[in-house]
Amino acid sequence: MTVTDRSSAAPADAADPPTRGTPASPRRRRRREYLLFLAFIAPNAVLLAVFAYWPIVFNGYLSLTSWDMLSPTIPFVGLANYADMFGDPDFWAVLGRTVLFSGAVVIGCLIAGLAVAMLLNQKLVGRNLVRTVSFAPHILSGVAMGTVWLFIFDPQIGLMKVVLEKVGIAGPAWMTDSSWAMWGLVLVYLWKNIGFVAVVYMAGLQGMPTDLYEAARLDGAGPWTLFRRITLPLLSPVTFFVTVVTIVGTFQAFDVIAIMTNGGPGDATTTISWYIYKQAFQALDAGHAGAGALVMFVILIAITAAQARFMERRVHYR
Amino acid sequence: MKPLTTTLKYVGLVVVLVCAFVPIYWLLTTSVTSPDKIFQFQWFPTSVEWQNYVDSWASAPFATLYKNSVIVTLLGALIQVCVAILSSYAFAFLRFPAKNLVFMLFLGAMMVPGTVVLMPNFLTIAALGWVNTYAGIIVPGVGSVFAMFLLRQHMMTLPHEVTEAAKVDGANHLRVLWNVVLPMSRPMVVTVIVVAVVEKWNDFVWPLVSTSTDSMRTLPVGMLMIQDSEGFTNWGAVMASAVFIVVPVLVVFFIAQRQIIAGLTAGATKG
Repeated sequence: MTVTDRSSAAPADAADPPTRGTPASPRRRRRREYLLFLAFIAPNAVLLAVFAYWPIVFNGYLSLTSWDMLSPTIPFVGLANYADMFGDPDFWAVLGRTVLFSGAVVIGCLIAGLAVAMLLNQKLVGRNLVRTVSFAPHILSGVAMGTVWLFIFDPQIGLMKVVLEKVGIAGPAWMTDSSWAMWGLVLVYLWKNIGFVAVVYMAGLQGMPTDLYEAARLDGAGPWTLFRRITLPLLSPVTFFVTVVTIVGTFQAFDVIAIMTNGGPGDATTTISWYIYKQAFQALDAGHAGAGALVMFVILIAITAAQARFMERRVHYR
Repeated sequence: MKPLTTTLKYVGLVVVLVCAFVPIYWLLTTSVTSPDKIFQFQWFPTSVEWQNYVDSWASAPFATLYKNSVIVTLLGALIQVCVAILSSYAFAFLRFPAKNLVFMLFLGAMMVPGTVVLMPNFLTIAALGWVNTYAGIIVPGVGSVFAMFLLRQHMMTLPHEVTEAAKVDGANHLRVLWNVVLPMSRPMVVTVIVVAVVEKWNDFVWPLVSTSTDSMRTLPVGMLMIQDSEGFTNWGAVMASAVFIVVPVLVVFFIAQRQIIAGLTAGATKG
């Protein structure tokens, strides 16, 4: 991201034109501008400091305590919560499920999203309508649409059962079956995100240099080679962006899980975000909630940093 | 060969359309189907019945839920966009030492996931005495990074002469912001407002955590109450309740789809 800005390109004080009406010296004017800058950013700065940065510090502190969020004293326990968590197979299972869920949604979104984008990139009648309709699930309430999907997955009268029966498949019990509930959630997330990913990919496809394709075609490259050797590599920044956004989104999956499974059956759909919520607001265990939150934060920061480094390399490479 | 591929492409288009739209269609049609007909599966409703809406309205305090959702959404979006406009103007037009560093610190807040701040922010609003208040629901969510970023990027594309001229004429920065920059940024301001409205309307986990009394719940949280009272038995009423949440967003999306899509996908092209 470029951080060049307007004001630094503005002429220095000495070159400032004399202002009518305000006889203030350039230095006083500059000081006033500094103060105005601070006043303008103050509301946002305070809000972000208190509600975005402080929570990281506070989580870090709470993760070193054993506190029920009620008692007046907060006992310090050092790294015990982390030792406890990383020694607990259940926590590793939570991480594993999160990675599985996230990975399945990412892969599905990338493949289907790119396919839809390439389809919508053709000159077809009605493609704008399809683009809009396929994006719509992305902005609809997760709890509301979660209940709709619960109904669709209903093993007795659900739409899914009827459709699968039409093609001769006896569908599973979906959300009440611990080996299928996760795949039900994956389907819902794919439905919510494929349209979004497709729109992002379409923007990438529209920025493709056509001369490259023509040159390759002259050299006798077929459509598959064009796709593999030109389209995919040139889209890799978009792919990276989509991957990171989807990972961050799925790690935080909450509303759909809350309405559809409550993390169950058993622990079958307890991902990291649900684990943190459960520790904090059901078990009232601030220590484990804080430690879990910090683990999640570190994972997501690492992934975002990897993307940032990749993008930087790309920019230099170009 | 050629007509065949074209046909295949249209088949693909229809498949995408159907997959995306069927759950929304199913929501709308089930909500107007009487309970006994829901149990005899039918693709198309034979008659439109409003009983589900009556049941749904009786199963949760919808008037209160609606009022709270509207207040939280509109007030939250308005404050957030004002905060974003002020700070984006400062970053785009005002001088300050180490401004880029400050800007990076602001952007960094975007990397803090909502799940991570949940418990600490709850403890913060509890310490402020804000649990079960509008302030508690609204204030933690009005800090703005993404909207600020989009607005700043837009402001930096405005012709420099316009703002310089306004300053030379003796107008102060608030006047420049209000009379020159904002009118010229109208499309971007509309975009960030609409995106903020949709996000706040759908927000579930924070209102859930920051409130505990029925009188302070918002619509998405109300969905949980309805599921508790009607879930798995009275699907029609549950669907009618979901319609209450989904339809306002569908209407907004229908009117402002260009802005919503642009706003939500902006990170990909402008990052």
